Amino acid sequence: MTTLMAILIGCLYAASIYMMLRRSMVKLLIGLILLSNAANLLIFTVAGLERGVPPLIAQGAETITGPTADPLAQALILTAIVIAFGVLAFAVVLLHRAYEVIKTDDMNEMKGTD
Amino acid sequence: MDMSVLIALPVIIPLIFGALSLVVLNNHGAQRLLGMLGTTAVLAAAILLLWQTQIHGIKVLEVGSWPAPFGIVLVSDLLGAIMVLLAAITGFATAIYSLKTVRKRFERFGYYPLLHLLLAGVNGAFLTGDIFNLYVWFEVLLVASFALLIQGGERAQMEGAIKYVTLNLLSSAIFLTAIGLLYGMVGSLNMADIAVRLTAVEDPKMVTLVAMLFLIAFSIKAAAFPLFFWLPASYHTPQVAVSAIFAGLLTKVGVYALYRVFSLMFTGEVEFTHQILLWMAVFTMLTGVLGAASQYEVRRILSFHIVSQIGYMMLALALFTPLALIGGVFYIMHHIIVKANLFFVAGMMYRLGGSFELKELGGLYKKHPGLAVLFLIPAFSLAGVPPLSGFFAKFILIKAGVEAGAWWAVAVALFVGLFTLFSMIKIWNEAFWKKAPEPAIEIPAPVRNKALYWTTGILASMTIAIGLFAQPIYVLAEMAANQLLNPQLYIEAVLGGGQP
Repeated sequence: MTTLMAILIGCLYAASIYMMLRRSMVKLLIGLILLSNAANLLIFTVAGLERGVPPLIAQGAETITGPTADPLAQALILTAIVIAFGVLAFAVVLLHRAYEVIKTDDMNEMKGTD
Repeated sequence: MDMSVLIALPVIIPLIFGALSLVVLNNHGAQRLLGMLGTTAVLAAAILLLWQTQIHGIKVLEVGSWPAPFGIVLVSDLLGAIMVLLAAITGFATAIYSLKTVRKRFERFGYYPLLHLLLAGVNGAFLTGDIFNLYVWFEVLLVASFALLIQGGERAQMEGAIKYVTLNLLSSAIFLTAIGLLYGMVGSLNMADIAVRLTAVEDPKMVTLVAMLFLIAFSIKAAAFPLFFWLPASYHTPQVAVSAIFAGLLTKVGVYALYRVFSLMFTGEVEFTHQILLWMAVFTMLTGVLGAASQYEVRRILSFHIVSQIGYMMLALALFTPLALIGGVFYIMHHIIVKANLFFVAGMMYRLGGSFELKELGGLYKKHPGLAVLFLIPAFSLAGVPPLSGFFAKFILIKAGVEAGAWWAVAVALFVGLFTLFSMIKIWNEAFWKKAPEPAIEIPAPVRNKALYWTTGILASMTIAIGLFAQPIYVLAEMAANQLLNPQLYIEAVLGGGQP
């Protein structure tokens, strides 16, 4: 399962970089979205994939025994998802506004400030 | 007063004032008042914090009383406290400058709340002791900077912002990836705890790999070679007050993060990691200064010089000797003040001369000798002319380079210093010395604005003071460098149970 996830994450990273290298603004945006999702999945995977073992302390016990899912990694992902959502919402508006002002989708036309 | 609460103040005060200014969004007078009050309060808190940190050593606040390494900690070591003070000074100067330069339209669109939020994000990044929390603060300051950058909505701003946003989001994603891999390896997010656990990792190659990811992420944010081009493409597009605070602070957050992780966490394979840093530093210095030489727009020249100056700071980290780190800390202190000031002066040149283009400027020395002096001080300091602050910063660094035997880097650093002087003289000749071009551009009777002169005057006198009283600053930098070179001080402060 971990190997499968690793391959999937690798593909996501590759796809996102590929999309960001295209000229179109929309593809740039898709690239950014894929990238943040790839990073989230990566955290999820490296923290250890456990199935059906919530991190609960059994009644009467002091500590957790045996392997459990890592709740901290999921908290990190939750935070990262919220942040990525906010930032990407900004990026969508920015690109839309840029399209209105510059009137093109082609990044090659945006050399005015270089 | 309880010391540990003091650590949280530089973060909390701007957040509170940001929220308050949102409430009075339509009352311009109240917004400006809150802007001044908020930044003054942060400045006071920052001075107190640095003073206390210098006396009592590294201070730790366990947020919510969760003991480290389980909860988030705020840590104020000397480097962090110095950075917070510099941020507070820049924020204060920007607030004064904004009083007279920021248009009402932008104030209505939340200029002041964003400014406070930016300061909170920057201070949070300087003070946090938790690597994921550092990511969160990075995002806070990024979002605020995005919104400030595009206020106005001109075409150039849109084009610049797309590059700025894309590269910074890419960097954030790489940062997040690196955090994920690091967490998978050591199972902790507390930086001190990570530093301890990394020494026990069996595969040092894997640690170096993660270190390289951090290097890429932070060097994008610091605008270091090779991924620096977003900076000169965007920093000249917003209004001058925004450019100035960006130029002073934002890239330095990246530099600070590099200093933090490569002195605390990734010190296992110094020959390898710091060799890469050295090459990056050399190329950053060179590309920045050569880029500046080809530019004829004041703000763009200054933007490229930010890049080349970042190279000096990275050089200090790359050499990683006590003297080099002293030079690095000194350089950051000198640079933030000078760089913000030069952008402020550029804004005044625009108000009084009617343009940012060197071709269209001229005769400013004759008409406004005061401004000419205010330009010369930071400009010569940037180039490293004694007795100004830049001279001592460069001198310490170059001496450290000679002692470490990094001849190529020293040669480049000297060459870049010379070229910086060339750039500054270019601005001087074109904007101040030559006759105003004919036909002179119609400038609506320039208003001599005291607030603007005060801002640049205060910062310029700081530059002179750092130069004239270099000894106490050197001692402070030496103490900060000592803490950086002895990470066990930081680790003991954080993991030793926090405050008694």
